[in-house]
Amino acid sequence: MRRKVILWNSIDWVTILVYLILVFLGWINIFAAEYDEEHKSILDISRRYGKQTIWIGAAFLLAFLVVVIDSRFYLFFAYAIYGLLIFSLLAVLVFGREIHGARSWFEFGPIRIQPSEFVKFATGLALAKYLSAKHLNINNIKSLASAAIIVVVPVLLILLQPDMGSALVFFSLVLVLYRNGLSGSIFFAGIFVAILSILTLFFDKLIITTSIIIVSFAVFWIVERKMKYVIYAMAIFAVISGSLYGLKEWFTFDLSNYFILVMSVVLSGLVYLFLSYRRKIRNVSIIYFLMVGALVFTFSENYVFNNVLEPHQQKRINIVLGIEFDPAGSGYNINQSKIAIGSGGFSGKGFLKGTQTKFKFVPEQSTDFIFCTVGEEWGFIGTLTVIALFSILLIRIIQLAERQRSAFARLYGYVVFSIISFHVVVNIGMTIGLFPVIGIPLPFFSYGGSSLWAFTILLFIFLRMDAGRMEYFI
Amino acid sequence: MKDFYSNRKYVIAGLFLFVSLIYIIRLFSLQVVNKSYRLSASSNVSRSVTQYPARGLIYDRNGKLLVSNEAVYDLMVVPNQLREFDTANFCTILNISIDDVRKKIKQAQDYSFYTASPFLKQISSKTYAVLQEKMYKFQGFFVQPRIIRKYTMEIASHALGYVSEVDEKAIKENQYYRMGDYIGKSGVEKSYEDVLRGRKGVNIYMVDVHMRKMGSYKEGKHDITAIVGVNIVTTLDADLQEYGELLMRNKTGSIVAIEPCTGEVLALVSSPCYDPALLIGRIRSENFIKLQQDTLKPLFNRALMAQYPPGSTFKPINGLIGLQEKVIYPSTEYYCDQGFYGGGIFVGCHNHDSPLNLPRSIQNSCNTYFCNVFRNILENRRYGSVAEAFNSWREYVMSFGFGSKLDSDFTNELKGFVPEASYYDKYYGKNGWRALTLISLAIGQGELTTTPLQMANMTAAIANRGFYCTPHIVKSIEGQSDIDFRFTEKHKTKIDSSHFEVIIKGMDWAVNGKPGSGSTARRARIEGITVCGKTGTAENPHGEDHSIFIAFAPKNEPKIALSVYVENGGWGSTYAAPIASLMIEKYLTDTLTKGWLEEFILNTNLIDHEEKGNTLE
Repeated sequence: MRRKVILWNSIDWVTILVYLILVFLGWINIFAAEYDEEHKSILDISRRYGKQTIWIGAAFLLAFLVVVIDSRFYLFFAYAIYGLLIFSLLAVLVFGREIHGARSWFEFGPIRIQPSEFVKFATGLALAKYLSAKHLNINNIKSLASAAIIVVVPVLLILLQPDMGSALVFFSLVLVLYRNGLSGSIFFAGIFVAILSILTLFFDKLIITTSIIIVSFAVFWIVERKMKYVIYAMAIFAVISGSLYGLKEWFTFDLSNYFILVMSVVLSGLVYLFLSYRRKIRNVSIIYFLMVGALVFTFSENYVFNNVLEPHQQKRINIVLGIEFDPAGSGYNINQSKIAIGSGGFSGKGFLKGTQTKFKFVPEQSTDFIFCTVGEEWGFIGTLTVIALFSILLIRIIQLAERQRSAFARLYGYVVFSIISFHVVVNIGMTIGLFPVIGIPLPFFSYGGSSLWAFTILLFIFLRMDAGRMEYFI
Repeated sequence: MKDFYSNRKYVIAGLFLFVSLIYIIRLFSLQVVNKSYRLSASSNVSRSVTQYPARGLIYDRNGKLLVSNEAVYDLMVVPNQLREFDTANFCTILNISIDDVRKKIKQAQDYSFYTASPFLKQISSKTYAVLQEKMYKFQGFFVQPRIIRKYTMEIASHALGYVSEVDEKAIKENQYYRMGDYIGKSGVEKSYEDVLRGRKGVNIYMVDVHMRKMGSYKEGKHDITAIVGVNIVTTLDADLQEYGELLMRNKTGSIVAIEPCTGEVLALVSSPCYDPALLIGRIRSENFIKLQQDTLKPLFNRALMAQYPPGSTFKPINGLIGLQEKVIYPSTEYYCDQGFYGGGIFVGCHNHDSPLNLPRSIQNSCNTYFCNVFRNILENRRYGSVAEAFNSWREYVMSFGFGSKLDSDFTNELKGFVPEASYYDKYYGKNGWRALTLISLAIGQGELTTTPLQMANMTAAIANRGFYCTPHIVKSIEGQSDIDFRFTEKHKTKIDSSHFEVIIKGMDWAVNGKPGSGSTARRARIEGITVCGKTGTAENPHGEDHSIFIAFAPKNEPKIALSVYVENGGWGSTYAAPIASLMIEKYLTDTLTKGWLEEFILNTNLIDHEEKGNTLE
């Protein structure tokens, strides 16, 4: 069953256009970040911007190759490609070159290849293929475990390098499972615990407590679907915490805000339990105890981390989480990055005029912190444009995924969405101080051949599937 | 194919858009709302380098350069730019050991790898010349010039003062100063700090993350050019000052010489003095401690801060007050039989002709005479009580500049002490004292204390026949047409000028009286110049009395008035009078007619040998 399709006409030009704009913007921002008075040409291949020019050329070539291959190739060879790339992860642990303490790169003369970048699309293909099998119930423990193994194998191999950032990316694939029917409560509970465990190590307990309380209200709303109840609950909490705070200020008690918050939780909890008993709203007590449970979890984790673990164990965890990957002292990167972005103002300092950028105040400026250059030289207009472009791209990917006729192609579309959106959220989040510093690149933007090629392949395989959606019906 | 979970696309897309929205809000607050990051960014890249201007020069009244500036060189090191170098050669040039080099480089590394820190401070220009030729061999080192004070003559350390690094207090009080700046700490350097220092400049450079200079910030738009300090001409006469210090060698005490009609200070000697060059540069703090520990207190400015009873040199004032109050007349005579007896009180006097009138009693320095005068003043019927009369006496005394600061441009000037009636009330009870209780004031002893500067000023007031100009040390400031008004204003004493002639006649006779007529200061005589003077002895409870002499010359149209104190020098006529006369002759004629007298003074050593061992050259 094959229908003739003209690729040129059926390929999605909207996505390609956004892709080209992003690559172009990335290119000129790398030029600005690495700019050197003595090498003014963007084509000077002794500089990173010159090299990026070559990587971009190669990326276009790869995109072309990916698109001319028959789209069934990716389905049939999904596991083979996956196996090949897993093998490369094993190989890099043996033959790879160690840079900054991580054995993540193959070196071929002047070119360095990072296989963990390419494993992403391969894992995506394998996962999509596995999940697209008919009659598969994802909520069945066995299938869930199989899907998990597909993802966890590369994660473990990457952790051996070690490269925490790249490994974390794979967890975004849970979105694909969710889309394919993973129970919502497992999905959100999993996300919640994961976020909580990591955040607990990063942030002040006051912030964590506040977040847990906010999340609890959200869950309450999701479960009950009655805005009235939520507003009542919030009002009770506001009145109790407000009056406690007022008492503290009035009598100038020496109490911390944190203490007041905990007291408010306890007191308002009593009120909730009483009210829910009277009104027969059954979920309140469950949510309340879950919230208390989350709070206890948070602080017991902190307690275990600080009091049970040995200092060298703490340090290892911190290094893995990137907390201590901070050469000039705590928070230097984030601080300089925020200064760079913040100093850009509304319309930016202008192309090649960023002082933070030019004088190398932000480490890893052309790779992980390329967004700083955008923020400093192009201002709020620039950052807004970049976020808008990524939003257009990702929403477009969802649209394309949803119009696929095959489950495989649709699932793969969500893989593309998951991986790109995770990179974008984490990368931008860390440059503006909303996320811990996890060294992963901004897709299409950051300097580096491997990441650009891997993202190009990832995206264009999907575009090829989309262009061929009328070709076959699998 | 539509599936059951199709609606989850909205949740997924919604999650992403929700995060994007949070990011956009965050970016808006970072970039548009919050302005502080712009400041942080510019403070990141800009580094201000202060340009220190040369300090103003200081001249004497004849245009002789006293204080100038000298460039010294700090050898700086930037640890991360260091390359291998010939340490042996390096050590030979700088005269340091290899261990020193290692230690200093380690220190610099501990401070910073990328920024310069001082390796060796204040290299002499000679060493610098040798080093400069070989600098290319020592990468990572560079030389930074600094300006320090240079003294052309080893004189007037007390008057000129010194500069040193500002302390925290000064930084707190004045926004201008920053850590490491220099400031005048005493003397002219302190009083005229605002003029001498000029204005610091600043060059703003852009630096990269490693503190390397990357050019000037905004094309130097915010740079400030340094302004060189203003030069000052002092009233000092360098030759006279030098001669005074020479004469005072091996003695403690002071000489203050003033030009009477202007109040300009011609010489201000406080002995022992020290070489001002001891308090500059690298050696400063070490020497300062040495000077501070010296038992003879060379840092103590006796001319301004030593407070002694004036002794007999105060008699002219009591005489003047008596005349003004009309309780005596020039012809009034009193008998003296080796002392003054009254109401159970006895004040001794020496053997001299008797009776004496006013000028002759000054010539002979008769205690009895002035006890009578003082008693007359206090028991004057014009006043309701002795206390009232005493306070009136006090007013007269204070009109000569006693009992309060003269408000000169010297720092650290002290007030001296002129008691009030209430002071005695406290001791003796109200009306519990009478004129005779205070009789020691008649001969300048007792509670009264004055400083050498005040005594010189009093002498100037007598020489001027009734007025003085506040003593000051600055004659002119470059670029300013006048000095402070307070130095040109004439302060009238409360004595009519007509009363002065007879007192001056007495002071003339004290020096130039016929042999055998009882002149107390014949040693101060100078051929061809009429010197008027008065000896004095300040009682010293701790040892030998202090020898005092006040004098001015010539008698008509006086050009110089001075006070000379020689501590533990005994009678005023012994040492103080000859020193005064040598000073006067030096200043007025620049010649020396009494070589024997000079030799006598130069050979006099009044400082214990034991103590002398502690003094600095």
